[in-house]
Amino acid sequence: MKKYLGPLSKDNPVLVQTLGVCSALAVTAQLKPAVVMALSVTVVCACSNLIISLMRNTIPPRVRIIVQLLVVSFFVILVDQVLQAVLYDVSKMLSVFVGLIITNCIIMGRLEAFALSHKPLPSLIDGVMNGLGYGLVLVVVAFFRELLGSGTLWNHPVVPQSWYAAGYMNNGLMILPPMALILVGVMIWAKGGDKSS
Amino acid sequence: MSDIFNIFVRSVFIDNMIFAYFLGMCSYLAVSKEVKTAFGLGLAVSFVLAVTVPVNYLMDKYLLQAGALSWLGERFATLDLSFLSLILFIAVIAGIVQLLEMVLERYLPALYMALGIFLPLIAVNCAILGGSLFMQERNFPTVIHSFSYAIGSGLGWLLAIVAFAAIRERLKYSNIPEPLRGNGIAYIITGLLGIGFMAFLGI
Repeated sequence: MKKYLGPLSKDNPVLVQTLGVCSALAVTAQLKPAVVMALSVTVVCACSNLIISLMRNTIPPRVRIIVQLLVVSFFVILVDQVLQAVLYDVSKMLSVFVGLIITNCIIMGRLEAFALSHKPLPSLIDGVMNGLGYGLVLVVVAFFRELLGSGTLWNHPVVPQSWYAAGYMNNGLMILPPMALILVGVMIWAKGGDKSS
Repeated sequence: MSDIFNIFVRSVFIDNMIFAYFLGMCSYLAVSKEVKTAFGLGLAVSFVLAVTVPVNYLMDKYLLQAGALSWLGERFATLDLSFLSLILFIAVIAGIVQLLEMVLERYLPALYMALGIFLPLIAVNCAILGGSLFMQERNFPTVIHSFSYAIGSGLGWLLAIVAFAAIRERLKYSNIPEPLRGNGIAYIITGLLGIGFMAFLGI
């Protein structure tokens, strides 16, 4: 059990292994798209881990990257179409970043490092856990950026009007893209640093 | 003509792939320990972007968009295959990278050696697929526009990774708080560089 919990903290894909950073930061200006993105990545990661693990004995090693890319892009297209149908506004906000799940290094990394050499059920759990570990970082970053940058959470105002009357101001810097990077840096700091280097 | 140049400048400085969209961050953080290797990777990314984006532009325009297949005849004029764009783009990118590798090895061995291991790795770099997806989203009027966008984004990426690698080389000699060493400070520096690049917003 313990090895499956690793991605949530000790082996966190974003904070420790520096994987999947690309999309992790761009969608975190608000909480809602971040949660949707986290769920999409979890679904894609779990499903493609499961499928690749089922096929692991039949894929010729020389063409495995192409096979993996095809399986992943199949699930990403599914997720993309579902998002466009069900959550159109969020899908517009995420724009190209849903498509970029295909090249998310977490997914390729888990397929290479885990699914190719493990049975389907552990692969499925591993995929879910890594997706959640990634999602955790997204949600924490998005929480602070939306709270401090817009004074809202999930589009509901949480900073009371009386604060604004007393001179409190939203920190507009938080909404700008570079702040996501700085927040992740601070998260690594708070976590006690990256032990690998 | 001037809008082509505008797209170029915009994609180098304002819509910089790393500082504004965080594309290709994984390799950006992993391969920026030395200026020389960073330059090699930056060159490879620009090169592949400059080839794949125009090709994907043509694919999008003549195969995927709503009504794009009308050149095949009346019956195909109403088809909209744009949901297939993800899978086609990634296939084109993987194919072209493979092809480029073979062509370069045969005809330009010097460049092939310079790009080295980075070329095959690029097929799964988010900056490349991201370039094609942004190209699709922005609806450029001609293939020249998409080419200038690709060159600009590639150069912007090169600029960012070389600047960052140069800072990182100096960083080895500085006294950073223990928990921030390694990736922690790398993120913060990228963030600060990004804030610096925002000064170009006024252009």
